[in-house]
Amino acid sequence: MHLNNNTDMFSGRKRVVSGIILGIGLVLLARLFVLQIADPSYKVFARSNYLRYLTDYPSRGLIFDRNGELLVYNEAHYDLMVIPGQVRELDTLEFCELLGIDRARFESRLAQARNFSRFRASVFERQISKTTFAAFQEKLFRYPGFYVQPRTLRRYTYPIATHTFGYVGEAGPNIINNDPYYRPGDYIGISGIERAYEEELRGKKGLRIRMVDVHNRDTGSFQEGRLDTMAVAGNDLYTTLDARLQLYGEKLMSNKRGSIVAIEPSTGEILALVSSPSFDPGLLVGRQRTRNYSALQNDTLRPLFNRALMAQYPPGSVFKLVSTLIALQEGVISPSTSYGCQGIYHAGGVSIRCRSHPGPVNAVSGIQYSCNTYSSIIFQNTINQAKYSSIQESFGRWRDYVQSFGVGMHFGSDLSYELPGLIASPDYYDRIYGPRGWRSQTIISLGIGQGELGVTPLQLANITAAIANRGHYFTPHIVRAIGDPDNLNNQYSLANNIPIDQNHFDVITQAMHLVVKEGTANFSAIPGLEMAGKTGTVQNPQGENHSVFVAFAPVEEPKIAISVVVENAGYGSVWAAPIASLMIEKYLNGDVERSWFEQRVLDADFLTAQ
Amino acid sequence: MRPKLNIFSNIDKTVLFLYLFLVLIGWMNIYSAEYTESHRFTLDFSSSYGKQLFWIVTAFLLSAAVLITDVRFFTGFAWIIYSFSLLLLIGVLLFGVEINATKAWFRFGGFAFQPSEIAKYGTALALAAYIGNRRNRKTGAAEKLKGFFIMLLPASLVLLQKDVGTTLVFSAFILVLYREGWINGLVLFFGALAILLFVLTLIFNEFIIIGALALTGFLIGAAMRKRQGFIPQLIGLFMLLSVYVYSVDFAFNNILEPHHKARIEVLVYGGADLQGAGYNLHQSKIAIGSGGLWGKGFLQGTQTQFNFVPEQTTDFIFCTIGEEWGFAGSLIITALFIFLLLRLLYLAERQRSAFSRVMGYSLISVLLFHFTINIGMTIGLVPVIGIPLPLISYGGSSLWGISLFLFTFLKLDAERLEMI
Repeated sequence: MHLNNNTDMFSGRKRVVSGIILGIGLVLLARLFVLQIADPSYKVFARSNYLRYLTDYPSRGLIFDRNGELLVYNEAHYDLMVIPGQVRELDTLEFCELLGIDRARFESRLAQARNFSRFRASVFERQISKTTFAAFQEKLFRYPGFYVQPRTLRRYTYPIATHTFGYVGEAGPNIINNDPYYRPGDYIGISGIERAYEEELRGKKGLRIRMVDVHNRDTGSFQEGRLDTMAVAGNDLYTTLDARLQLYGEKLMSNKRGSIVAIEPSTGEILALVSSPSFDPGLLVGRQRTRNYSALQNDTLRPLFNRALMAQYPPGSVFKLVSTLIALQEGVISPSTSYGCQGIYHAGGVSIRCRSHPGPVNAVSGIQYSCNTYSSIIFQNTINQAKYSSIQESFGRWRDYVQSFGVGMHFGSDLSYELPGLIASPDYYDRIYGPRGWRSQTIISLGIGQGELGVTPLQLANITAAIANRGHYFTPHIVRAIGDPDNLNNQYSLANNIPIDQNHFDVITQAMHLVVKEGTANFSAIPGLEMAGKTGTVQNPQGENHSVFVAFAPVEEPKIAISVVVENAGYGSVWAAPIASLMIEKYLNGDVERSWFEQRVLDADFLTAQ
Repeated sequence: MRPKLNIFSNIDKTVLFLYLFLVLIGWMNIYSAEYTESHRFTLDFSSSYGKQLFWIVTAFLLSAAVLITDVRFFTGFAWIIYSFSLLLLIGVLLFGVEINATKAWFRFGGFAFQPSEIAKYGTALALAAYIGNRRNRKTGAAEKLKGFFIMLLPASLVLLQKDVGTTLVFSAFILVLYREGWINGLVLFFGALAILLFVLTLIFNEFIIIGALALTGFLIGAAMRKRQGFIPQLIGLFMLLSVYVYSVDFAFNNILEPHHKARIEVLVYGGADLQGAGYNLHQSKIAIGSGGLWGKGFLQGTQTQFNFVPEQTTDFIFCTIGEEWGFAGSLIITALFIFLLLRLLYLAERQRSAFSRVMGYSLISVLLFHFTINIGMTIGLVPVIGIPLPLISYGGSSLWGISLFLFTFLKLDAERLEMI
């Protein structure tokens, strides 16, 4: 040990260190001097004047249909803003008269704004009329702390596709506290496309800083506008929707409960997405929104519910397409394997009835006549295959096939709030019946599309598109291009392949073609157009059966795949099939020639009848 | 046997007084930053000023405990305290909670604790023990490397918490190493030069910078042409700096995270993007700038209260000082800190053991870094790096850490005659 006074040869460095400390102190003080004394631009405040941050709201992106027709646009309006900390004594009576509000409302609005912040702007009165705005502008100098902020509102070309567009609303406190982009009074997409593409649509806000004196007079821009920024308009969206087809679909579905989903099989683009009953998207814009929203919420027909994406039905006979494909792929049957039908099939304790049809059926005629016996037998044979050691394994395999069609999962596309549908897992049956307590007969109803199965109309349309493509599908989506119609959204351009051979799809296509030509849906054949389809009648314990139909056309090189569900309307062939056939005719031919056929659908009313 | 001394008689009163004064000023400004007309003073422990009162009292108790502890505890347990603080840093990565995107906190009920504040203290102790031990031997490259590792280890752990600000604080120890003769003055010079070139390159075209460097090099070379071997060194240096300047752009665009980039851009290019990264700085400058010479008076600031300046009780507490107390207040606070630092420097230099001196210099380095960066960022001199103003900002961990640090050094100083 030592006394380091003698040996410390670096002690001279303390001078450098104290130099650094003093140097830093001087630099900080010099800067503080400039900021607090020398630079006049911050002195405005010393005389109790204010900076006003005026936001330039960008116009929200427009929304077009697939043919470039404008569907959603903007309209200007004005919000009256308040900064409570700057409000002085004012003539409340005159102020209230100008604005057309009463004293109580004035007090409560001001208290509400003060509660949020005394020094930041809140909306005092939203969407004041142009005349109020003009009158107000003149007297603004008498009301320090108040100013008018221009904004825009959504407008719609047609009252259609409400659920798909979604709506825009004011950002709530939750959003404002978590995302620095949003300030009180700002709008944000709350559902549908408006929500999914919020960041594209909203653009970039601009900011102007103005100096305002105690009399609420604008005294110029702060620091010659050096800090001001311009607003950048949001990106326009080019949707996959066909406005004419959407409009027509909503017309056909009026007075009915259900949905239509039409997809272009070669791309996964959604051509029409109808959920009925629906409502005018204009109802959820502006000052009346809250009132209209609660009215819609209380409506027993549940118009806010997007059936196309969120209603999950057992698919019924339509599902025979999938279960037959699986049986073919698994080698349980060949296309020519045929079984007789006695009009009823007994499996364990369950009996499944069948409608009368010509005798022994194979894969093609089984679908053509929608034979329940045939479907039940092949389902049982698929599950009971000897090559699988347990029902858990064989059913798990069957389930994998079904899931490969997109059932039981989210597509993860740009549609808001789609539900995944339902397909029970082997574990589910294990829990209910015990691992050894269930056999193929226990779950026999799955073979005809009933039981523990839930499929949304979107998924039905997607299954149809996959069959139309003979074995693959593109994720269904709603936006084609962003910003520029040629700037295609290629996020969904990768095919999802189904592990079933193409020749099996050819068999099923042939069968679906026969369904329309001379099967259950021959009533809905379109003259001069080759269409393939399948009817379904979904048993509904709560009431009348649901009428279901899926179809695609033309049979070769399909341009449209469609699913139609009409709730509580009975047989699929009676209502769903005609609606699908009219939609296809409209899309492919441009016009509908079967006017009596169309009128019959338009006249049908399943809502008031109940 | 040593004679029993009254602890307080040997404690440096100047530092003690400055400490108490700064803590008091801090608490007043935290109170002011939270003050609203509708929310008058009540001692509630959900408010920052209420909690801070708790932290202040416990910090005093902790300081008193340090003063009555035998000084051999700190020298003997330096490595154990260091290891313990490392364990805390690892623990917080596993069991900590995330606040403002950094996972640097333990939470106990309403109180949160940040172990990285203790880690600075632990690192200083370890460094002091390490350097104190090998004082009389020549320090080779291998020893120095081990010494750097003492700092690098906690710094890396803090970086894993995504707390970039606190990580940078560990770079302050360079000043200690400089004082102890581990590194040359040139390192400090080139460090400063690197920062200067970084900023200049962001403002000007890199070819202009390289041109200016070449010209400077030429002039120096012409003046010093008589010195043997100097020209090749100068050319080598020039090439090195050119490569550095050339890579700044790349590093800036590809290595920094977007929000760090934005904070630097705001500083370099002025007020762009007031709705994003520039908002805090803009509001902070307005608050401080609007203070004028004498300020708006206690509780009278309009900008710092409510929502204008975020983090107003913690990282941006200086806004409240600048706005309500004006340039006069800023001058006093700055002068107090400078005075404290210089006084500590004087104390550090009068130590007889390397251990105590390294502790003193570590304390100076950490305080100086926090002070410079914190005030610098509120007035737009350095990028916004979220670290508190020592003794002033709200935050128990910071107050505890600094108190522990400061009183350990005062204790060492009080017994410096015993320390060899």
